[in-house]
Amino acid sequence: MKGVLLMKRRRDKGGGPVLAPGRAVWLKGLVALTILVLHAPIVVMMVFSFNNSRRNVVWRGFTTKYYEQAFNDPALLEALINSLTIAVISTFLSLIIGALAALMLWRFRFPGKGAFEGAMALPLVVPDICMGVAMMVFFASIGWPSHLPWPLSLSNIIAAHVAFSFPFVAVVVRARLAHFNREWEEAARDLGASEWRILMDILLPFLKPALIAGALLAFTLSLDDFVVTFFTSGPETVTLPVKIYSMVRFSVTPKVNAASTILILLTVVATLIATRLQRPEETARAEMAAQGGGQG
Amino acid sequence: MHASAREDAPRAVVSLRGIRRRFGRVTAVDGIDLDIREGEFFALLGPSGCGKTTLLRIIAGLERPDAGRIFIDGADMTTTAPNHRPVNMVFQSYALFPHMTVAENVAYGLRLEGLARAVIAERVREALALVRLEGLEDRRPDALSGGQRQRVALARALVKRPRVLLLDEPLSALDARLREEMRLELSALQMRLGLTFVLVTHDQDEALSMADRIAVMRNGRIEQLDEPEGLYERPRNRFVAEFIGKINFFDSILEEVDEEGLRVVLPGVGPLSLPVRCLVTERKAADLALGDALTLAIRPEKIRISRAGDHADADSDLFGGQDKADVRLTGRIAEWAYYGGISHMIVEATLPQSGEVRRISVVFQNAAKETVEAFDIGDAVVLSWPASAMIVLTS
Repeated sequence: MKGVLLMKRRRDKGGGPVLAPGRAVWLKGLVALTILVLHAPIVVMMVFSFNNSRRNVVWRGFTTKYYEQAFNDPALLEALINSLTIAVISTFLSLIIGALAALMLWRFRFPGKGAFEGAMALPLVVPDICMGVAMMVFFASIGWPSHLPWPLSLSNIIAAHVAFSFPFVAVVVRARLAHFNREWEEAARDLGASEWRILMDILLPFLKPALIAGALLAFTLSLDDFVVTFFTSGPETVTLPVKIYSMVRFSVTPKVNAASTILILLTVVATLIATRLQRPEETARAEMAAQGGGQG
Repeated sequence: MHASAREDAPRAVVSLRGIRRRFGRVTAVDGIDLDIREGEFFALLGPSGCGKTTLLRIIAGLERPDAGRIFIDGADMTTTAPNHRPVNMVFQSYALFPHMTVAENVAYGLRLEGLARAVIAERVREALALVRLEGLEDRRPDALSGGQRQRVALARALVKRPRVLLLDEPLSALDARLREEMRLELSALQMRLGLTFVLVTHDQDEALSMADRIAVMRNGRIEQLDEPEGLYERPRNRFVAEFIGKINFFDSILEEVDEEGLRVVLPGVGPLSLPVRCLVTERKAADLALGDALTLAIRPEKIRISRAGDHADADSDLFGGQDKADVRLTGRIAEWAYYGGISHMIVEATLPQSGEVRRISVVFQNAAKETVEAFDIGDAVVLSWPASAMIVLTS
């Protein structure tokens, strides 16, 4: 237990002192165990997507044929395209609504603000299943048209996704706004900036990391949502998670693993792109904002 | 009444008339008339909450007055937005844009004017040279020291070539040494540019050392507007006298007054004659009535301190041989703060007639090492000063 805790300054400015684990073996062990429990199943699933066996229980050699099958399965492909379409559109809408909600709560005082804030945060805590049932009942009761041509047929799923993901964007953006120095705004105005220029030149660049983090959250939430989508999707509007679920009900073939691996890769790629879009110095701040705000 | 609108006085670049501003139940600025002259270094000095920052923000346009009018260069700018006023501000936190480099920060105001790229580049270069920041163009604010940030903020405001530069507590975030350095630099800059500076500060040393004129504020009003020397030597009331520097007060009663001078009784000490110039308040000698309560005050550095029983110092030798020590008190050193160049002492002095003990603040020049070593806490000393070194306050 007598681990030597070394104080080490991080190279980049802005970061506080970082504790090195030193010789705390138990701490390292704990970390290793956590990683194993969290990630081993995913690795196993990915590995078995290359398994040359229909039953997929025992390893019978390497193959990529299930990826071929997956990409040649029109139903699976359609589900993938649906998922991506929904994710992109709902992210875009969540970003706008979430950022505007955060700005409004930060900037203005109005009657019922506290109640509004509470109501807005509800989707963060309401169980998915309740959300899904509520959405289903809601769309049925208002008679949302169900037989629209693609992509309008996805509109109810997109609306449901926006409803549960925009609060995440709002929380992340608000966390960042809390660190906004009002004197920046005043300085810009003093230097001749109009409200519009302040928004474009000062506020948005400042919010960029939070907007990227928020968009990433919204995108991944939408892409892998099963429960809410399950309740709101019709027979013609199947998304990848819903499709994978229906496939699993017949049998767990490597094709399911392949489809799941594709879903994971999409998420990882989105994350990587988002991190790349930010300058290194801003990454840390965005992470802090994301952690301080919504734990998805 | 403060704005002496003499005809030969330099033109006012900023004129405030009856400015009033309330925040809820608090009146931050309570009816201020003020003329800031072309090319002067003007300071708004006062304790926190006196309304000095609000007044500065009203000039900048960041705050709207509830009543009153603001004229800049003779034009009524009361309702003009800050982005359309010919003034620029250096903020207390500097407010540098964190996502822009030094050069981008300085160029921002010019970009908004829509100037040509080459013109902007040239003026940014000039401004950075002015504040001696060449070579740091591509740094970001978080990679700068406090002093460098301060300079960027200055350059960013100066590059706009404002009619008036507003400075909101610009030195408060710097350490003591840097503050001293920037003080001299700001003064030099102001003289070189001939630009009107308006400084807000709570630090009297800052105001005294830099400003041409100072307005001392309290509770949203100007208590006194004067040159630094005037504020220090002729404070109009107890508040100003106490706020600027240290001072000792004595309550006294007026006994006799004519064109020549005043005769007062200092309780516990005795009668004193003072020349009429010691009366520094607005009330003239003719307005005073016998028996009026007056406050006599003496600055700590105008008191001579010597060892008790050491009569080598002849009265005639003191104070250039002109005045004699009209007041002479004995006491002992109770506290002593050594500042290197000067020592600040608190002497517990006994008033000769009443025997009452008063704590008197004395500043002692550490001119010779031996004299510093000669004194110690608890030592019996004699305090003396000429009556003419005192000032008379009516409040």
